[in-house]
This record gives sequence, structure tokens and C-alpha cells, in this order.
Amino acid sequence: MTLVIKQEKPKSTFSKIVEIISTMASRPSGLIGLIILVFHVTLAITSPLYAPHDYKAIDPSLMLQAPSSEYWFGTDSLGRDVFTRTILGGRTALTVTFFGSLIALLWGGALGIFCGLVGGKIDDVVMRIIDAFLSIPWILAMLLIVSLLGTSTIVLIPALGFFYGKGIVRVARAATHDVIAKDFIVSARARGHGNFSIIWNEILPNVRDAIMVEGAMRWSWMLLGFSSLSFLGFGVSPPTPDWGLMISNARGLMSFAYWAVLAPIFGLSSLIIGINLTADAFAKALGIDRSTKAPV
Amino acid sequence: MLILVLKRILLGLITLFIVSLITFVGVEVLPGDACTTYLEREAYGAALEACYKRLGLDIPAYERYVSWAIGVIQGDFGYSLSGEMKINDVLGPRVKNSLVLASASILIGIPIALLLGIITALWRDKMPDIIISTFTIFSMTIPEFISATLLILIVAIWLEWLPGIVIVPTGASISELLPNIILPVIAISMIMTAHMARMVRSSVIQVMASDYVQMAILKGVPYWKMVFKHVLPNALLPAINVVALTIAWLLGGVVVTEVVFNYPGLGRLVIESISNRDLPVVQALAIILASIYVIINLIADLLTLMLNPRLKSLQIKK
Repeated sequence: MTLVIKQEKPKSTFSKIVEIISTMASRPSGLIGLIILVFHVTLAITSPLYAPHDYKAIDPSLMLQAPSSEYWFGTDSLGRDVFTRTILGGRTALTVTFFGSLIALLWGGALGIFCGLVGGKIDDVVMRIIDAFLSIPWILAMLLIVSLLGTSTIVLIPALGFFYGKGIVRVARAATHDVIAKDFIVSARARGHGNFSIIWNEILPNVRDAIMVEGAMRWSWMLLGFSSLSFLGFGVSPPTPDWGLMISNARGLMSFAYWAVLAPIFGLSSLIIGINLTADAFAKALGIDRSTKAPV
Repeated sequence: MLILVLKRILLGLITLFIVSLITFVGVEVLPGDACTTYLEREAYGAALEACYKRLGLDIPAYERYVSWAIGVIQGDFGYSLSGEMKINDVLGPRVKNSLVLASASILIGIPIALLLGIITALWRDKMPDIIISTFTIFSMTIPEFISATLLILIVAIWLEWLPGIVIVPTGASISELLPNIILPVIAISMIMTAHMARMVRSSVIQVMASDYVQMAILKGVPYWKMVFKHVLPNALLPAINVVALTIAWLLGGVVVTEVVFNYPGLGRLVIESISNRDLPVVQALAIILASIYVIINLIADLLTLMLNPRLKSLQIKK
């Protein structure tokens, strides 16, 4: 922004993305994160094509079989193939949390920038309300909504998006506060630009990075939240394969059939670690230090 | 100073007031009310009207809010739907059980977290830091229910060292509870410790890089004297707020952990009351959990204020 003195030809969005990704991959942790994430996304998109068994085929004669060449990860308490269910188990979680974070990013970012820009009384009131929302444990609020409205994807995506967006409001507001007093905003005002033009042309390019990094972190937390909901029985409904639900179902028979619980645990943990490493590398590639931020 | 403290308390109270409004309005706006959700298919005709009468849902919403709020201020949350018990009697033993669990985890977690945080910061990027940091990052990122389930699988089922599931009645005394809570306490304090240790680490690293510490090094102050006299007092002050946030943030995680271990605390009550669609209890829980959050943050703010007079002016601006 202000550092650019001679007029260079602006880089295309595509080459910027390539540059960010190659910076991310230059660290071992970032590379591992990207590989895990790409693996999971590919798996989620393509797994129905090669899943070896029917994920909902119940066969009592095959109950709790140990892993074998036919059933790689064994079978669960209803005789369903654990391998099939594990490779399919991330689909709902990934879809719901991806769109959920997108919603969180949009409304959180918009409200945060707005509050940072207008300041004063409106800002005070909005931040008070956000603080109040933050002090209700997310799990209670989510459970309440889900129990009143049902557990369909159409309810879960906006609900998760709403509850995980309140942290983004704070980050967007703080980032806006940082740039609002800078010279280029003042001069834009002096040139007679309206609020909307200032937000779009001056503020957004400068706070976008911070908001996107926060959104990436929220994605991993939202995945954690969504799986916790499934685990508690308030997420996706059976027989849809989902890791949280699989862990909760297989937990009771853990002492006989540990494979039925370990497979989804591995799936979910690796995805969450992958997203976390990627988000971390993303932050570092954009030059944003999140290490001192508290988990809110 | 006194005005500042009062201002903080007032802000906390305002937050609680908004929380009460949000939960009340939320329940009001979302489709379905306490009676239709509770009675489910039998929600029509005389049964529905009787239910409305009994809960006082036939009077306007704002009047209900006022009378409910007055009750809450006097410490009376009304009656629960299922079992027709006073909510205070339902909550009492649960609050005690959760307090036992939480205080045990905090007592174990905070000293370990401080120790680990300081070790990782002083030996930054060396072997102790790499090993401990890998471990803390793992236990931070993995969901509570996974680490708790793995703990049960390894410690209780494979090694058979400890019982995996808590089997005590809700009204058990503390001495009955204690032997049962070892595994849940390990599960909770593991995650809590990881979060706090990370924060202490970055706080100590920041102070180590500051001018006055560099100055002390140049003056030739012995290393450990510098660590204890200059670094730690300054590094641990900002950590208080973080510790508070972590504890408050874990309120959600404790819900899941209590379910995994079948522990009769507030967390399991959250799940039970929601499964039973017992909205009055849910409202009471929202207020109680939010109060805990507000109070913990208030204490942290006041502690920081008391310990560091320089922060006073900053706090006013905020």
C-alpha cells in the first residue's frame, strides 16, 4: 500500500495465491499441513467412487469383526465396514464447517469493519452485545438452537457460522482501528470519498489478511465444535457416516473392538491437525503473528 | 481505583443482563416453546392450555421476563419441567460436583502449565521446547472427547490402572467423588495446561526480548537471578488474563468431558436438560455459566489492576 512508490504492474490474484502457497509449503509444518488438507479434501470429494462396501449395510453376522483383508479396519457393532465409513466420515463435517466458516467470515468481517469505522456509541453497544454472546458457552447455545430447530445441515451451517463469527468481529474491528487513523484514509476522506468507497478501496485491502487468517483458525475450531455436537448426538443423524458420531457409537464397545473407535479418531484428529498447521502457515506466509492471541 | 473497580463490576452486570435478554428472547423467537417442545405430540387442546397455565406462559412475554429476572436476582430459578423439581434443588449438587472437578483440574493444571511454559521459553527451539511444544500443540488441537476417549482406552482398558467411567450418584460426597475423578481431571487439566503453557511461553519470550532484559544481560546480572527478578514477574502478569480466558473457554469443553466420563456435573445437566427439552433449566444454566465466565474475567481484570498500577490508564481507555 503506502510502501509502493513506483507504479508496478499489479500482480494477478492467481500469481499472488501461488506465491502464498509456495511460502506456506517452504516450511516443513506448513507442507505437512497442506498435504494432509489436500488429502482429506480429495478423499471427501472422491471417496464415494471407490468405497469398498455399502456404508449403511447392516449385517448382524459380521458384528465386531477384527480387521482383515476383506474389512481393512474391521466392522462395527452393526456389522458395517469401518473402513468405508471412515473414508466417508469427513464429508458432512468438511462441507458444513467450510460453508459455516464462510458465513462467519462474511458477517463477522462486515460487522467488525463497520464497528471499527463508525466507532462511538454504536460501536460500544455492539461490542457489549458481542461480549455477552461470548460469555454464553457456545455448546449451550448450539445445543439449544439444534434442539429447537432440528439437526439438518440447513440449520447447522448458519448456526455454526453465527456463533463462530463473533470472534472474527473483534479481529476485524481491531484491524480496522489500526488502519483508520492512517494518512491514506484521511486523504481519501479529504478527496471526498464516501464511507462505502473507503471501506472497499482503502480499509478492506488492509484488513483482509487478518480476517482471512482468523477465518482459517475458526474453521478448525468449528470442525472441533461440529464433531463435538455429533459426538453428543446433536449433529448429523444416523446412518450418515460421521467421525464424531462413529466415535460416540463405538465407544461403549471399545474394550472388544478398539478398531471401530480408533479409525474415526485417526480421521478426525489428522484433519484437525492438518487444518491447524495450514492455518498457522497461512498466517506466517501473510506475516501475521497469532502466537500471543488468547483462544476466545 | 474504587471507581474503576465499580465500573468493571457494572460492566459485568450489564453483560449478564444482555445474556439474560439473549437467552430469553432466543427461546421466545425460535419456533416452539417450553410446552409444545415438552409435550411434543400431545401438545394440543386442554393439555397444552393446562401446561401454559401452570408455567404462566399465558401472560405477555415482557411481564414473564420481569418476574423471572426478579426471581433470578433473589436466587430463585423457578421450577423445572421434568420431575417438577425446584431448579435450585436440581442445580445444587451438580454445581458442587463440577466445582470439585474444576478446582482439582485448576490446582493441578496451573503449576504444571507455569513450569512447562517457562521451561519451553527458556530453552526455546532446543530439545525440551520441541518435545513439550509438540505435546502441548497436540493436546490443544485434538477435541476433548477424543483425548478423553483415548485416555479411557489406554489407561482404563488396556493398562487397567483406573476405572474408566465414573459411577457415583449425583448427591455423592466429596470423599466419594475424589477417587473417581482422577481420569477426568487428567483429561481436563491436560488440555487446560497445554493452552496456558503456550501463553506463558510466548509471554516469557516477549519479555526476554525486551530492552530492560537485554540491559540486565549486558550489565552482567547472573542468568537465573535475571530470570526470577526481571523476567518472570513481568511475564506472568499478562498471563493472568489468559489463564482466566482459558478457564472460561473450557466451560464448553467440560460439558463434553463430563459426558465422556459419565460425571454427574453441570455439563451433563446441560445435555440432559436439552434432551428433555427442559427450557427453564436451560435458561438457568445459561445464566449460571455466563456468570462464571463474567466473574472469572472480572477477578482476572481486578488482579491485573492490583498487581500493575501502570495498567490502570490502559483499562480506562478500553
